[in-house]
Amino acid sequence: MTVSRREFMKANAIVAAASVAGVSIPAEASNVITGEDLTRLSWNKAPCRFCGTGCSVNVATLDGKVVATHGDIQSPVNKGLNCVKGYFLSKIMYGKDRLQTPLLRKRDGKYHKEGDFTPVSWDEAFDIMAEKFKAALKTKGPTSVGMFGSGQWTVLEGYAAVKLMKAGFRSNNIEPNARHCMASAVGGFMRTFGIDEPMGCYDDIEATDAFVLWGSNMSEMHPILWTRVTDRRLSASHVKVAVLSTYRHRCYDLADMDMIFTPQTDLAILNFIANYIIKTGRVNHDFVNKHTNFRRGDADIGYGLRDEHPLQQAAANPNSGGSKPMSFDDFAEFVSDYDEDYVSKLSGVSVDKLRDLAELYADPDRKVVSFWTMGVNQHTRGVWCNNLIYNIHLLTGKIATPGNSPFSLTGQPSACGTAREVGTFSHRLPADMVVANEKHREIAEKIWRLPEGTIVGKPGYHAVLHNRKLKDGEINAYWVQCNNNMQAAANINEEAYPGYRNPDNFIVVSDPYPTVTAQAADLVLPTAMWVEKEGVYGNAERRTQSWYQMIEPPGESRSDVWQVIEFSKRFTTDEVWPEELLAKSPELRGKTLYEVLFTNGHANRFPLSEISSEHSNNESEYFGYYVQKSLFEEYAEFGRGKAHDLAPYDVYHQTRGLRWPVVDGKETLWRFKEGSDPYAKPGSDWDFYGKPDGRAIIFALPYEPAAESPDDEYDLWLCTGRVLEHWHSGSMTRRVPELQRAVPNALVFMHPDDARGRGLRRGDDVRIISRRGEIRTRVETRGRNRPPVGLVFVPWFDASRLINKVTLDATDPLSKQTDYKKCAVKIEKA
Amino acid sequence: MNRNTKLIALLLLPAFFAVTFADEIATMRDGVKITETPKPAPIPRVVNEDIKAQRSYPMQPPLIPHDTRDYELNLQVNKCMSCHGRRHTEDSQAPMISVTHYMDRDGNFLAEVSPRRYFCDQCHVTQTTTREVYENEFVDMDELLEERAAAGSDD
Repeated sequence: MTVSRREFMKANAIVAAASVAGVSIPAEASNVITGEDLTRLSWNKAPCRFCGTGCSVNVATLDGKVVATHGDIQSPVNKGLNCVKGYFLSKIMYGKDRLQTPLLRKRDGKYHKEGDFTPVSWDEAFDIMAEKFKAALKTKGPTSVGMFGSGQWTVLEGYAAVKLMKAGFRSNNIEPNARHCMASAVGGFMRTFGIDEPMGCYDDIEATDAFVLWGSNMSEMHPILWTRVTDRRLSASHVKVAVLSTYRHRCYDLADMDMIFTPQTDLAILNFIANYIIKTGRVNHDFVNKHTNFRRGDADIGYGLRDEHPLQQAAANPNSGGSKPMSFDDFAEFVSDYDEDYVSKLSGVSVDKLRDLAELYADPDRKVVSFWTMGVNQHTRGVWCNNLIYNIHLLTGKIATPGNSPFSLTGQPSACGTAREVGTFSHRLPADMVVANEKHREIAEKIWRLPEGTIVGKPGYHAVLHNRKLKDGEINAYWVQCNNNMQAAANINEEAYPGYRNPDNFIVVSDPYPTVTAQAADLVLPTAMWVEKEGVYGNAERRTQSWYQMIEPPGESRSDVWQVIEFSKRFTTDEVWPEELLAKSPELRGKTLYEVLFTNGHANRFPLSEISSEHSNNESEYFGYYVQKSLFEEYAEFGRGKAHDLAPYDVYHQTRGLRWPVVDGKETLWRFKEGSDPYAKPGSDWDFYGKPDGRAIIFALPYEPAAESPDDEYDLWLCTGRVLEHWHSGSMTRRVPELQRAVPNALVFMHPDDARGRGLRRGDDVRIISRRGEIRTRVETRGRNRPPVGLVFVPWFDASRLINKVTLDATDPLSKQTDYKKCAVKIEKA
Repeated sequence: MNRNTKLIALLLLPAFFAVTFADEIATMRDGVKITETPKPAPIPRVVNEDIKAQRSYPMQPPLIPHDTRDYELNLQVNKCMSCHGRRHTEDSQAPMISVTHYMDRDGNFLAEVSPRRYFCDQCHVTQTTTREVYENEFVDMDELLEERAAAGSDD
């Protein structure tokens, strides 16, 4: 169909005539409304709802609706740009199927596990939910309740949830979906540096001479950072871009050095680079001698499967993160096994390319940024892989100075802020503290005004274990907020789905939309999202950003933080705490968890009068105090003076975010370096103060094979991941028509020879089958991803093609993060 | 009138949900149980009509109204600019890239497209003819303006 200019003019003339006839005419004489009072938009800033880059977005509202969004020119992160998803943020709230009321599975007028979803009031929803949580706590104790949250929770939501779970219910079974996303990065930081999160920042991009991508498709997953990398590469001709992955993707369009390696052999390539640096005499001995220690890590540690799994049984040191001191010479000998011939053969990368890559790191005159995301973190040796990247930056002293930066990118908008800094993990507390440490528990109990012994010292179940424990009937009351784990978790056929539908269990899902996870639940709670509430996110470069509530949520939707705090009113200490604990603090006896945790005089100390006079704040107006500021300021007590300093809450509303530690009003760009980090001791030059002796650790860790590799029957590697146009499981972006039409379905990307060998052509209907399950989709042989022979790629955003029925729930035994990048499948024509 | 219709719809919502909600609430599975595997729709065609789509708001990056299959977009070549670059638009009659695309991070105008805007496909996407599109009730600001203007003229 084409419309000529002439036809268009004609059609328009008819419209104009209709207007003149008074059918629909603006008040003005002109066909354009120009009155400034009518057309003025209200603009406010908010961090983007999607990835970990943390772009700032300007959001326009008119008559209570978001009508436009664009990249914030004032933000140092994105300087006016957004990716295509970010540009369509305006529409994510307005899917027609937004949930309007709580929905409970009912039969004959009352809750029934196999009942139909029926609208209920919030009161009825919380009644049944409280009944189920109380029953579980009473019969089996705190380990029988659990909560699964998110790196997309606001800082305040995550913090409130931690308080309710760890202090209120005394259960450490709280986890974020960020466990799937960057737990290996956390493990890597803690093991090498003793303190979490990147030492550098995005300013490294404009300062460096080389980028190396280790398993990160930044062009699609961190698109605005990719615009900065592209800007740097194209603006300075000496800059080199090296891209490593197990299949070709869009980042290769900018690559000076392109490498495709056999899955899992990144471990060997990293050891080869360390070996090359040593063999060519380019170790920065001055740096190494002053600022590092060497340790040999335990090997053969298993694959994080169920204990009875044969692979676990076969491991010599299952789940061991132990290590022993070693010398530089021992280390040099250890990596000498990884010579160019062996590693080239193992990885499939040519010797020349391996040498060129190693030279980027070895050359003392070249600054290097290493970027990595899920290729390294979603890896059964993810922590090791993180450690090995730090090794090569430490051997050369290329760290914590502008342009020299091992930079672990996070996936989610507040994976750093909420999951890591707040510590919404089963083993953590805020500011890098852990439940297993008695002193840390004491600090938390003091800030929370709770009796000693409130927090349980044994870590709870990690994310993957949640689904296993639901299936086994050990967790019986479970609350999912702000994620879509029935689509996101690996091996849903064998673990997640039977777990949620186990008749012993009561599953609650809070979400704006009816997702796959909502469908698997027993109670669904309609949830306010993004600018329908006030919030705070923390991005991948330690930048904390806040936003105001700009519009009202639809129907009876309430924010996650409202849900957590309101639900706490349903419990008294007598019902959930043992007598021993109550006896220690008789004044708390009989009080509600709401009184003890959220309105104890300290946790609610900022009055309603301090909220913005120009914005709604539904939670604060409901509870009668400034909820977000009170939670934030209490939370900030954990990190101030301990190298995690946050600025006063109100400052974040005035700025485009600040990178912590914020000391004397000044943000920190490069940590661990004297002069740029106020915590680095005078005279230290570099100070890795996360470790008691101020030294980072260089680890000797071997290459070990993947948990499952292709064989004669299941003859292909399966790698899963995201696409540019959709955020995670697509529950927001697929409801934006332009994004959905751009990439409507998850296809299987495969090499044309692999297709031909199976009698397949582009567009054919196929079954992708693993030992655990199968899905059907269509073959794509010429799309944006070009896998080598022997590997296929399937994105996971598509609710009708659940690739996680096929994936394996093998995890890194140290970080407990799932390897979504490697399992074995076969493909047949459907 | 518009508002009244919305109000009635809101009042009717609970009754509507009571009859429609059963077990399979996940809109995007179209009634298919989680344990089942539906037949996948064929790969839809890329829209290639060269008809500009209306933008949802002025700052929205325009959608690409033509197929871009096999377009080279890499270190050596930017196929898009061979039509949308300033010097080519007279021949191609394609829209010139926006003036914002000549600005660097600090807002200075460059002689050519800014390197930060080099990869067009990070913001501009093609559309397919898929039928799997979910209704969205985003309201165009012009509709709200017209409501405002109309309300103003009633007074």
